[in-house]
Amino acid sequence: MRHWIEKQRYIIDFTISSLLRRKVKNFGLLALYTLIVFILASTMFFTYSIKKEASLILKGAPEIVVQKIVAGRHDLFPVSYIDTIKKIRGVAAVESRLWGYYYDSLVSANYTLLTPPSNGGAADTAQSSAKITVVESESGGQPVKPLFELGGAVLEPGTLIIGNGIARLRNIGKGDYMPFRAFDGNVMNFRISGTLSSQSELVSSDLMLITGEDFRKLFGIGNSHVTDVTVAVNNPSEVEMVASKIRKRLPEARPIIRDEILRTYDSIFNWRGGMMIVIFSAAVLAFVIFAWDKASGLSAGERREIGILKAVGWETSDVIQMKFWEGAMISLTAFFTGVILAYVHVFFTGSLVFEPALKGWSNLYPNFELTPFVNLEQLTTLFFLTVVPYTVATIVPIWRAATIDPDSAMRFTGE
Amino acid sequence: MSIAIMRNSSLFFLYITSGAVLLGLLLVHASFSESARQENLEEKAKLVKMLKLTDLCLFTEARYTRHLSQADLNTAFQDHPLSLEHFPSGSFTQPPERTSERP
Amino acid sequence: MIELFNVKKVFNAGNPSEFSALNSVNLFIEENQVTVLKGPSGSGKTTLLSIVGCMSRPSAGRVKLKGREITSLPERFLTDIRRKTFGFIFQQPNLIKGISVLDNVMLPAYPLGEKRSHLKNRAMKGLSELNIANKAASKVEWLSGGEAQRASIVRALINDPHIIIADEPTAHLDTKLSYRFMEIIEKFKSEGKTVIITSHDPLVYESSMVDRVVNLRDGQIEG
Repeated sequence: MRHWIEKQRYIIDFTISSLLRRKVKNFGLLALYTLIVFILASTMFFTYSIKKEASLILKGAPEIVVQKIVAGRHDLFPVSYIDTIKKIRGVAAVESRLWGYYYDSLVSANYTLLTPPSNGGAADTAQSSAKITVVESESGGQPVKPLFELGGAVLEPGTLIIGNGIARLRNIGKGDYMPFRAFDGNVMNFRISGTLSSQSELVSSDLMLITGEDFRKLFGIGNSHVTDVTVAVNNPSEVEMVASKIRKRLPEARPIIRDEILRTYDSIFNWRGGMMIVIFSAAVLAFVIFAWDKASGLSAGERREIGILKAVGWETSDVIQMKFWEGAMISLTAFFTGVILAYVHVFFTGSLVFEPALKGWSNLYPNFELTPFVNLEQLTTLFFLTVVPYTVATIVPIWRAATIDPDSAMRFTGE
Repeated sequence: MSIAIMRNSSLFFLYITSGAVLLGLLLVHASFSESARQENLEEKAKLVKMLKLTDLCLFTEARYTRHLSQADLNTAFQDHPLSLEHFPSGSFTQPPERTSERP
Repeated sequence: MIELFNVKKVFNAGNPSEFSALNSVNLFIEENQVTVLKGPSGSGKTTLLSIVGCMSRPSAGRVKLKGREITSLPERFLTDIRRKTFGFIFQQPNLIKGISVLDNVMLPAYPLGEKRSHLKNRAMKGLSELNIANKAASKVEWLSGGEAQRASIVRALINDPHIIIADEPTAHLDTKLSYRFMEIIEKFKSEGKTVIITSHDPLVYESSMVDRVVNLRDGQIEG
């Protein structure tokens, strides 16, 4: 056993010197290989973490959201429909939602304006720290981690509570004023009464909480309509049934159940998405090129070297072991380096490299720290998909050369 | 060359071992972070529940990218097939699945 | 020591370019002697040497080493025997470029997995015996012709083989170095080793320390 270990060490020694002989080529190869692993691993870490977070955070999304569709477009929802829905058996509560988009031409950004639901969290959270409003304010108020809570006390007519992303983008905070152009051309001036926490940016970065009256005044929506409604059901397993009943009774209505919401985020960043296909295809292509290069045979110099090794007493199996280590060493190094860098990249630098791509055209992009969720399965798959093919591809061309008759080494004349 | 310094193979093993150790540490970091960030996750979840939110605020450039799950069926198709005007967010996401297609 | 019975070697059998390198060779090589295989080029010297040194197999006939039949041994065993019994010195030093002299010299012993410190000591000893210990850490590209030849000799000896085989060792050496080479051969003999050399250099085959000269012509032994 000792001999075997020592033998492997010798072979590795030799292989390393062999690789160092062509420093530029081999370091270039290693760098490229590492880059590929880095990108693949970063993508893996990022998408898995976001999906995991989404599935955890959105668990509390409304059970059913009902929209009204007119001519294929999302239209305002008549308040009169609410009773129809309430009458459906299995429905526990129906609540209206007021929300919409406002485009701020100053910074070319879209805000999501939202009127907080009237019973806030009271209906669901038993332990809700109900009336006390704890809102993060610019003047460094509460030391406790901020948890937004509607008490009516803070959000009054004429005020807004804005998401941290907006605060950042427009450089405004509590006490500042922000003008809005209403539907009729009038200007409405709002005072910022607080900002949502930076910790919650992933869901609240572009939010603006506004009172119901102000919302209607701003967008010119009468009391007869709301944006959409949320429906709570008595028995969670009956959600689908209730949804289909809603559809039956209100043909124009489109119910969206929570399950669909969760599944939307499950499939986000899926490999079938345009960008992802590009990334993966590029990686696959690069690997194929590597493997091809490796498998397409040896140079004359390499063949000669193998001849010498055979002549001085190396067996075919020894030569093959050497080639195995050559492939394994490069791929192992590339794998560890790439994965470690990817982890640091995604979880410590917030996916710096991807940011431009993710930001795209939006000017308002949330600052968020991803919670490190790592899928070991994916990591293992990545390992096998990168290390194994490359190692194998390095061994393949060797087969024929390794079986060179040492006799031919004797016949070398001239260098 | 290799007489005075450490053997090549030792260097390699050292590198791989430290790589593996580092990776292990990072994975430990990941599992610790998961619990440490429980609070943060809960805060977000609470906000979602309280405000009845339905989407993550990832892509704010268009309504159908901002509220992925709420977008109408047609919206995705109203725009250019490659969603170039919402590039690249449009190419990261697919139109949401609709399964409750029962009458 | 080494016996060849009716050994034939045919290359490219079945093709139009088929030719017979050795025809019915019968040879007995004595232990602890210096034997020279002499003959013009094309006489089959190198082929014969290669078969004697277990580097290749005959197309027909039998080969025995120390009384043991080795003609049809599987490659693994043959290689093992070759590794432990023979040391080869080629025409060209055939050192591997880009690595040090010391590494080159230790190379044949790598597959045996011996403890490095032991191996290194042996290697350094061998190098100093041939006066090139100071070049141990140098890359082989920096060696002169003679030094390279000597390095390849040390390499041939690293596994302490019993039989030394040299193929045209003085072909690329000047007179002075050739004489030095023969002195090294004499040393081997005094250490109890067996030496087999192919050469058409009179300096070699007319040397006083040569015990036997075998004449080869057209794949057959004369006389």
